[in-house]
Amino acid sequence: MSVSEATSPILETRGLRKAFGGHVVLEDVNLRFEPARLSAIIGPNGAGKTTCFNLLNGFLAPDRGRILFRGRDITPLAPEERARLGMCRSFQILNLFNDYTVLENVRVAVPAMRQRGSNLWTPAGAISEAEDKAARIIRLIGLAGREHVEAKYLSYGQRRLLEIGVTLAGEPEVLLLDEPTSGLGMRPMETLRDLVKRLSEDLTIVVIEHDMDFVLALSHHIAVLHRGMVIAEGPPEAIQNNAEVREAYLGRLKYARATQ
Amino acid sequence: MLGMFALFLFLPALMPFLGGYTYLGTEIMIWAIFALGYNLLLGYTGLPAFGHGAFFGMASYYLAISQRDWTSGLWIPLLVGIVGTTICGAVVALFVARKRGIYFSLLTIAFGVMFWFLVFVFEPWTGGEDGVTGISRLSVGLPGLFEISLRDNLAFYYFVYAFFVVATILLWRIVNSPFGQVIQAIKQSETRARALGYNTVRYKWAVFTVSCAFAGLAGGLYVLARFGAFHEPMSLHQSGNVVLMCLIGGGFASFYGPVLGVAVFLMLRDLFSTLTDHWMLLYGLLFMGIILFMPEGILGLIKRIRQPAAFHDTQAAEAARTEQTVTSAPSNPKPGGSS
Repeated sequence: MSVSEATSPILETRGLRKAFGGHVVLEDVNLRFEPARLSAIIGPNGAGKTTCFNLLNGFLAPDRGRILFRGRDITPLAPEERARLGMCRSFQILNLFNDYTVLENVRVAVPAMRQRGSNLWTPAGAISEAEDKAARIIRLIGLAGREHVEAKYLSYGQRRLLEIGVTLAGEPEVLLLDEPTSGLGMRPMETLRDLVKRLSEDLTIVVIEHDMDFVLALSHHIAVLHRGMVIAEGPPEAIQNNAEVREAYLGRLKYARATQ
Repeated sequence: MLGMFALFLFLPALMPFLGGYTYLGTEIMIWAIFALGYNLLLGYTGLPAFGHGAFFGMASYYLAISQRDWTSGLWIPLLVGIVGTTICGAVVALFVARKRGIYFSLLTIAFGVMFWFLVFVFEPWTGGEDGVTGISRLSVGLPGLFEISLRDNLAFYYFVYAFFVVATILLWRIVNSPFGQVIQAIKQSETRARALGYNTVRYKWAVFTVSCAFAGLAGGLYVLARFGAFHEPMSLHQSGNVVLMCLIGGGFASFYGPVLGVAVFLMLRDLFSTLTDHWMLLYGLLFMGIILFMPEGILGLIKRIRQPAAFHDTQAAEAARTEQTVTSAPSNPKPGGSS
């Protein structure tokens, strides 16, 4: 993997601005996400991470600025159109089809199923392409054996894994993860970290995350948002040593570590 | 499904023992086609459309007027009813498919009332209060081979039965098709469905249109059953009845819920109206009871009783146990809460 500074980004934002009423949440945000890397967007509470994430996936529209995917301006595209291009998002607050089984959740997310959405006749289970793909994903996220359990009966950790599985089923080129470890304890956290690490070997991943260990261990690139602006960007080591970032954010963590 | 078809096949013979009559069976099947189609919206997509009677009634007028003024046949007017209703439904769906929740319901009510008023606006065609009467059922068959007059109630029963079987199979295929999977996904989480690349507005448009096609078929059969088209099936009150039928039977819990709901609804109507003049009062109380104590309808209740509770309990227990270990594990110091 020869990813140099000159590589053209797969996803890019230019001069993004977003305000809610008079409150400016993001101002002039320029981000570049290189292919086959895991990039994290971090920042203290209220820094505008979630807003930034929602601009990327299309659930919000920017007031100003553009978003480019593979060099194409996708700013006016709706979330579903972006998903069809290969930008798939997960949700911080679990958003699963609760009455569906694990298999049904993943299967309905597979593009082979989506492309047959106007088919009113063939039983959904007979689309072997979608079925096979779903089975592969369920193995990958470690839920094999639980295919026929309804999502609402899974444990929280398993639901977190399924959340990623459903997102992965969309065959993303860019995987957008919204706080994938939110609410997890140690053990499930490790499972999830391993999964994301494996995925980051050949997928472009953009992640919003609060857990600093997770971010520092897995990211190739980190962008730090503070009060709606990007205050620092770079590899994890550089970010850790950046004075401004420590001042805004990491300093408190170091302090917390030191007193532990 | 075969059991249900078999039951309806022999229903005319059983009806006298149930205190019914053949025509009641016909009526049940017609309303069942309507309710099953409507349940695509209510039960499967989670779209509470409250003006659907308009499409049922509209089909009656399409059929009746086209038979009176254009062609005296049976099949072409029936087709006119279905196609006309489907097109009209597709146009209405363009407006309502973008709306959610209460706005969706209100808009469907508005359209329903509007179509009902149109009956009186176009009185020279529709006959206003009097309706369009003198509709003939004619006969079906192959010219020169055989011919069955549908004037006879039993023959007409089996004519409707054929449509009922076909419509049920069609709808069964639809709810289990990829399309059916998507609409059920939309009901559970529209946001997620969009995030997966589904144009949910288009799906809601399509499901509304499809359900109108079945309303068109049912409305057409109804006009043949009653030898005329009348305005009252279009009223808001009748639109409410189809919602009730779906809810009572358990349209949220089972594909067959609407059929059972229709049967219970119509048979109780007959039973209560022989008991007392104030049968609507009894009726209302009963439905209040059902909605309060069986929110998922009759089949929903049966399903819950029959489901092995142990399975769910172990699942829930395991979920709770894992959750506990998840939350009780020491978590890393985190700057700030969640954004």
